[in-house]
Amino acid sequence: MSHRSSIPLYWRLQKSKYRIVGSKCLTCGTIYYPPKTLCPKCRSKGELENIQLSGKGKIISYTVIRTPPEGFEKYSPYVVALIQLDEGPKITGQIVDNPEKVEIGKKVTPVFRKIYEDGEDGIIHYGVKWKIDEQI
Amino acid sequence: MEKVAVIGIGCTKMGEHWEKSLRDLSTEAGALALKDAGLSGKDIDALFIGNMSAGRFTGQEHVGALAVDQAGLTPIPATRCEAACASGSLAFRKAYLSILSGHHKIVLVGGAEKMTDLKSTGSVATLMGAGDQEWESSIGLTFTGLYALMARAYMRKYGLTREELSLVPVKNHKHAINNPYAQFNFEITVEDVMKSPLIADPLRLLDCSPITDGAAAVILASEDVAKDFENAVWIAGSGQASDTLALHGREDVCRIRAAEKAAKMAYQQAGVGPDDIDIAEVHDCFSIAEIIAYEDLGFAERGKGKDLLVNKETTIGGKIPVNTDGGLKVGHPVGATGIKQIIEVVKQLRGEASNQVKDAKIGLTHNVGGSGATAIVHILKKELD
Repeated sequence: MSHRSSIPLYWRLQKSKYRIVGSKCLTCGTIYYPPKTLCPKCRSKGELENIQLSGKGKIISYTVIRTPPEGFEKYSPYVVALIQLDEGPKITGQIVDNPEKVEIGKKVTPVFRKIYEDGEDGIIHYGVKWKIDEQI
Repeated sequence: MEKVAVIGIGCTKMGEHWEKSLRDLSTEAGALALKDAGLSGKDIDALFIGNMSAGRFTGQEHVGALAVDQAGLTPIPATRCEAACASGSLAFRKAYLSILSGHHKIVLVGGAEKMTDLKSTGSVATLMGAGDQEWESSIGLTFTGLYALMARAYMRKYGLTREELSLVPVKNHKHAINNPYAQFNFEITVEDVMKSPLIADPLRLLDCSPITDGAAAVILASEDVAKDFENAVWIAGSGQASDTLALHGREDVCRIRAAEKAAKMAYQQAGVGPDDIDIAEVHDCFSIAEIIAYEDLGFAERGKGKDLLVNKETTIGGKIPVNTDGGLKVGHPVGATGIKQIIEVVKQLRGEASNQVKDAKIGLTHNVGGSGATAIVHILKKELD
């Protein structure tokens, strides 16, 4: 149907999307997620290496998507949050809990989930969503 | 530095034009601008057109060639400019710079978008092309969703209430009533906004700009040409800046740093400050965006943007009327929006606007691409310094 059907696209993002692998600049120490191939702060002086992130973090804002884009119709409504990861970077991701449970400041932990199915014959995209961390 | 002026303006009615294609719309707007300037196609040296995503909206790429061909203006150079919802302003700025460079004397600049050939979920997905495809679109985020994340963070940080946020669309609907080109010509109340369906909490339907077909065009000319035009409105400042493509890359999601930077550049070039601006057209794609724009442009202190709404300072009759044509309640044909904003400022400075602000001499446009990755600000003046 669309570019989302692309197997290479998801194959090359596997490590970062499935296992929350970010990158760290050995020059300035900044951690990036999504990972980068160039440190925007150090540019040519930077040297990046992969770093495994915990994926844990806290919600700094959230919304409930009720008018979804093509392909996400059957999941609507769903919560998307802006999450500050414990290691520093921010990322947007879906929250699997009911909207009523979601609040700014709540801690979240990553869970591996199906993100999107590209039609009946297309590939299934997996990745990380987040859930409210009940232990805290 | 060489001076450049807007000497002609033209735009289509904004709305759902099922009977018109991208080529019809762009040709209509261009012809109107030429007529307004009293020029003919043979006077034009080059064409620039802002268009965000004709490829995904209609399948048509190579939009510069389409526009120049349909207008009968071949073989002049035609260039498409793309910066998502700021594509129109980008085309305007590139046309301006092309005259400053000495390459051209008279340039036709348009913006056009044909959005209703797709069903609405397709438009929502296409608009999200302005965000980060691999990390935002891929999780089901939408543009309303991105601005909703900004809105909720802002409301928490500065104590903006949902009712106060509703004052933006209430004002802009009111301004759009007299605008014959507007997609929406009805007044709404705060209660209407609060009762309208949730799209992406806390944003509701009436917080959002619509999906629109439309085109707008202006003619730019160098000083030696423009000085003979009584209606000429001069470009006094032009600023453009960038920020991270994805919202999650920003340190603070309650401001748009690219807009702050672009405004600073434009103010500096024009030799004016926020207090000198008589009217402004700002990018109110979602209600929260207008409040953030007040602050990024220096009209209000950080966190105090709502005061301008509560005190009706940005309503016609106020200290600094904003979106006097109705803003994006006029419609938001994404690639055309930046040019539509320029047209309203030109009309105000000429004294021809539907909601005329008395003695308007300096106007500003603020056009944002994506969730703030591109911002372009222009300042126009009635008198040549």
